[in-house]
Amino acid sequence: AAGMFLRLLSDVRWRAADPKWRRMTCSRRSTSSTAEPHPVSLPAQAQVVICGGGIMGTSVAYHLSKMGWKDIVLLEQGRLAAGTTRFCAGIVSTARHLSIELKMADYSNKLYQQLEQETGVKTGYVKTGSISLAQTQDRLISLKRIASSLNVMGIPCEMITPKQVAQFHPLINIHDLVGAMYVPEDALVSSASVSLALATAASRNGVQIHERTSVSHVSVQNGCVTGVETDRGQIQCQYFVNCAGQWAYELGHSGKEPVNIPLHACEHFYLLTHPLKEPLASNLPTIVDPDGRIYIRNWQGGILSGGFEKNPKPLFTEGRNQLEIQNLREDWDHFEPLLSALLRRMPDLEALQIMQLVNCPESFTPDMRCIMGELPTVLGYFVLAGMNSAGISYGGGAGKYLAEWMVNGYPSENVWPLDLKRFGTLQSSRTFLRHRVMEVMPLMYDLKVPRWDFQTGRQLRTSPLYDRLDAQGARWMEKHGFERVKYFVPPGKDLLDLDQRKTFYKPDWFDIVGSEVKCCKEAVCVIDMSSFTKFEISSTGDQALESLQYLFSNDLDVPVGHVVHTGMLNEKGGYENDCSIARLSKCSFFMISPTDQQVHCWAWLKNRLPNDGSLTMEDVTWKYTALNLIGPRAVDVLSELSYAPVTPEHFPSLFCKDMSVGYANGIRVMSITHTGEPGFMLYIPIEYALHVYNEVMNMGQKYGIRNAGYYALRSLRIEKFFAFWGQDLDAFTTPMECGREFQVKLEKGMQFVGQEALLEQKQNGVYKRFTMFILEDHDTDVDLWPWWGEPIFRNGRYVGKTTSSAYSYTLGRHICLGFVQHFDEKTGEELVVTTDFINQGKYEIDISGQRFQAKAKLYPFSSFFTHRRRKDEVELSGYQRE
Amino acid sequence: FCLTPPQVNSILKANEYSFKVPEFDGKNVSSVLGFDSNQLPANAPIEDRRSAATCLQTRGMLLGVFDGHAGCACAQAVSERLFYYIAVSLLPHETLLEIENAVESGRALLPILQWHKHPNDYFSKEASKLYFNSLRTYWQELIDLNSGETTDVKEALINAFKRLDNDISLEAQVGNPNSFLNYLVLRVAFSGATACVAHVDGVDLHVANTGDSRAMLGVQEEDGSWSAVNLSYDHNAQNEHEVERVKMEHPKSEEKSLVKQDRLLGLLMPFRAFGDVKFKWSIELQKRVVEAGPDQLNDNEYTKFIPPNYHTPPYLTAEPEVVHHKLRPQDKFLVLATDGLWETMHRQDVARIVGEYLTRVHRQQPIAVGGYKVTLGQMHGLLTERKARISSVFEDQNAATHLIRHAVGNNEFGTVDHERLSKMLSLPEELARMYRDDITIIVVQFNSHVIGACQNEE
Repeated sequence: AAGMFLRLLSDVRWRAADPKWRRMTCSRRSTSSTAEPHPVSLPAQAQVVICGGGIMGTSVAYHLSKMGWKDIVLLEQGRLAAGTTRFCAGIVSTARHLSIELKMADYSNKLYQQLEQETGVKTGYVKTGSISLAQTQDRLISLKRIASSLNVMGIPCEMITPKQVAQFHPLINIHDLVGAMYVPEDALVSSASVSLALATAASRNGVQIHERTSVSHVSVQNGCVTGVETDRGQIQCQYFVNCAGQWAYELGHSGKEPVNIPLHACEHFYLLTHPLKEPLASNLPTIVDPDGRIYIRNWQGGILSGGFEKNPKPLFTEGRNQLEIQNLREDWDHFEPLLSALLRRMPDLEALQIMQLVNCPESFTPDMRCIMGELPTVLGYFVLAGMNSAGISYGGGAGKYLAEWMVNGYPSENVWPLDLKRFGTLQSSRTFLRHRVMEVMPLMYDLKVPRWDFQTGRQLRTSPLYDRLDAQGARWMEKHGFERVKYFVPPGKDLLDLDQRKTFYKPDWFDIVGSEVKCCKEAVCVIDMSSFTKFEISSTGDQALESLQYLFSNDLDVPVGHVVHTGMLNEKGGYENDCSIARLSKCSFFMISPTDQQVHCWAWLKNRLPNDGSLTMEDVTWKYTALNLIGPRAVDVLSELSYAPVTPEHFPSLFCKDMSVGYANGIRVMSITHTGEPGFMLYIPIEYALHVYNEVMNMGQKYGIRNAGYYALRSLRIEKFFAFWGQDLDAFTTPMECGREFQVKLEKGMQFVGQEALLEQKQNGVYKRFTMFILEDHDTDVDLWPWWGEPIFRNGRYVGKTTSSAYSYTLGRHICLGFVQHFDEKTGEELVVTTDFINQGKYEIDISGQRFQAKAKLYPFSSFFTHRRRKDEVELSGYQRE
Repeated sequence: FCLTPPQVNSILKANEYSFKVPEFDGKNVSSVLGFDSNQLPANAPIEDRRSAATCLQTRGMLLGVFDGHAGCACAQAVSERLFYYIAVSLLPHETLLEIENAVESGRALLPILQWHKHPNDYFSKEASKLYFNSLRTYWQELIDLNSGETTDVKEALINAFKRLDNDISLEAQVGNPNSFLNYLVLRVAFSGATACVAHVDGVDLHVANTGDSRAMLGVQEEDGSWSAVNLSYDHNAQNEHEVERVKMEHPKSEEKSLVKQDRLLGLLMPFRAFGDVKFKWSIELQKRVVEAGPDQLNDNEYTKFIPPNYHTPPYLTAEPEVVHHKLRPQDKFLVLATDGLWETMHRQDVARIVGEYLTRVHRQQPIAVGGYKVTLGQMHGLLTERKARISSVFEDQNAATHLIRHAVGNNEFGTVDHERLSKMLSLPEELARMYRDDITIIVVQFNSHVIGACQNEE
């Protein structure tokens, strides 16, 4: 079998072609792995050291060297492209759910296509196209969503009928199919060859490649990379890139201060057969049958077929280093369901002779997205790993984005969904990873439905009220390890079980959330929002204020007790974070950010705040339980509990006071609700949480108080056109583009990060505009629901995508938020988006290929924040359409 | 007519019982991990009995299966009483004194046994006082005898068996003023029971057997396969030594009439048993006791019937044959079962089925294609068949149930055939006994870690 693989993947012909690294390291005529002397010693220093000679490492080296960085050393513990890359099935597929993943795959495809010409190395690139099959209507919807995304990206793609499928592929049994998606540009490559081609090109550009050199650990001083320690000596370097694939976790833990790269390997099986009697054509499309959990590609006249089974086998949980992945055991019994699916899809293959069942470990991450970026704790330490078995599809694009990140300080696209900093230490428990990847791997081919929650690795971070809320019917979701309430199931009401809840249509909780929203509008609700990231920043002198004034766009020099909504912007004026900051005293501030900002925001501030000891920053997320009291009656509940006047005259919007609530003193109360509704956020030291919650619920009874969850919150904030960071806002969105100019104080008397970019935008206009869409001809009961990522069409032309959506119970309509761009009709060039441009279009939203008319709105934001509603006014007026 | 799989399961699982030896500080220091037991009746009511208990005043665990004949009275009595006799036989002199003093002064008694019983395994309340008095007499004698020597397990087992059988016999001869008890002790004595009892203490495993139930050790070989080692000898006509023994004990003139049609005196299958006074007492004694006994006894043709060629009683003994075995790490489990199981299954199959069940893997070699020419279709067929075999393992949570399922449902290919299983289980009461016997099984699982550690110490 090993001999077969040599023939298959490590073709000797292009090995001999030239590459420089051949001469640098040992020349190897035989495959014997006895240690030979390394003729070329390692350099003493380099600008960049890349660890890992698989597709990721070589791609990063390739792109860095293309961008002009030359002083690069790539180290591979075994041979180039000998790990997972060697065993990779070699399918380049652009059918991805996430738009950033789609872009990476598209770029990879284009890169590989011309790679042979560029390098002279044969890559085995064949444009075969791919066909994704749907056995169910739900699957068809899912494929149509992807097709919509591909089409607006300019990637050819069409939905085809089962009969057409049969025309594309002679062997397919189509009787159980309802449709399929055909992507003609998808391709096959020899992944090891691609990797070697990239290495060859990088080598020509000056990258030094050393095989059989393993990194034992990375040296760090004062939070910066200083060098790497290898089994062949030390290399000093400024940048280190961990592309160690499934060993990335272990490498991260090898240093003095372990760094967390949360990934875990699972065994992955695929089958190779001998050629058919009439060998299959090499350009036959690749078949993906997600309902059967398998993929099938042509391979040397026979087939290669693997899949993602329901019961994955995680491995290397205890960690185990080895040079190359030894041929792991074939496990036919484990492969049985996939083999059955294969023979069901292609019954004529029964007589085909087996060549081998390949077992090759793949690494998976806790959320099925790859890991990219700089460590929050170590400057200059970059990571690119955890490809969830799509390494060859992402390789090119991911390498490019990481190279851009290193050279320019940030990639050319928003890669937050892939950023390592979306994880904290909490996702690095081996047990957590082992359990989670067992859920993630089957998910590769599971139906991707809206509002999916992971079931494993739960109940890790919880509020002190968890049990109380759970007993009252709370249904939970998880964010950054924190359990948050989705909604409360009233007693005696049963919802569908997990499997049936998977729907693209109206979900079963519709009425439940509706009644929670109603209560927020008419009475008062309490939502546990403890998961929000909370920092306290203080100094003895003015340093805190000065630093924050520089890092935040709004004016923070406000009277003590004021709360300010502000963006934390980058140089381009884009949102690195969107937060609320309360000035607690002259020199101390309390900052509230989204839950998943805990690592990113901390790193961002830590790297930019003075570290001379003049200023202290503390993560107090765990110290406070946060209760959001939403609704017109919140004021009554709070005033009864505190014996203090809290009516808008005494406690207007955007203020912060320390108060007593019940017996508990020192409760930090802010007159914000993150929804635009009247009410208060209560930041409660955790030991008082239960007491305050009980008091609030008891006192609230006469005002009709009830528990509510995040689904209600989301409906409220979206109908008020509130953008959320991580969902609507990202590092490529400026306040000007989302109508938040009022949160930017260009004239606050001092410079701040992003000011120049914003000034320019103010003068020249913006190229995209955050817009609210109200779906017009959409029937909530029978039509597909929008989710996010739906293409927006203006006068029939694609102008952007939605970023979030919700049903507005007040309007009785669906609302989508999204960005509108203006592309020149002829050149496709991006033009300035004006208010008129927005207002004068006819809009449609594409939900899984079906277009719905929508009305576009650009709301004036400021009106919500400056509302100082009086109690009686609210009661009389209720909700007013604006 | 066919039973559904859930109906089959509810029949098979009605009497299943499992016990796990509790762990302390996360460790189980006993060489026994636990046991699974189950019974499937063919007689109505079932004549088999089972017992399991932990000795509290000495170390060790006792497990036994009892196969009754001519009614269940004797098997029931033995299942209640035998372990007390064994436990008492094992007790050191001081403990016996302590117990006696406690009884004497009306203080609370040291508990001797901790029973592990299925709710259907009952103890007779009415006879407990009687049984207790007999037991007390036994330990009083042991105290008087005080040999000063440490108790040998083999000897203790033999003494306990013989003493209990003796007490059963005596109680029937003496009679009881309480008419219910009087009838009970007579029924016990006139019916019979075989017994197969295991005593496990660390690496020392003793099996005391009287009759044709059987104890078998499941051994895992180095290559992972399973083999069976017998730890008892059947006392029946198939056992030459046993036939020899019986013949030695009686005059040559009776040689021909002793064993007829593979039965003792042409009547009894097991050659050793508890009770069965009809094969032990003199004719005069039998007649006297029956005549003095209650009417029910007199009306019973069986009790009045004297075996033919009955010249030199006793023809039957309850004395067990004791086998001692030092447990090794490869000894994974012990199966105690009445002849209902062994009639239908070979011990080698029993070892394999239980072994595979306990390790939850079919030790069929993992499939490797290697250089062979295998088509996808052939492989698929093979895998589907393997899957079907594995899935039947997971249906049962109890190794004994799993074994019964195979014993009753196996087809000629050695796999469980649902249709066959369903037919066998839905037989009407009167027919059931023709197709199968009562089956009682205890599967004891050993703790190889503890056994390995004990071995190293020695």
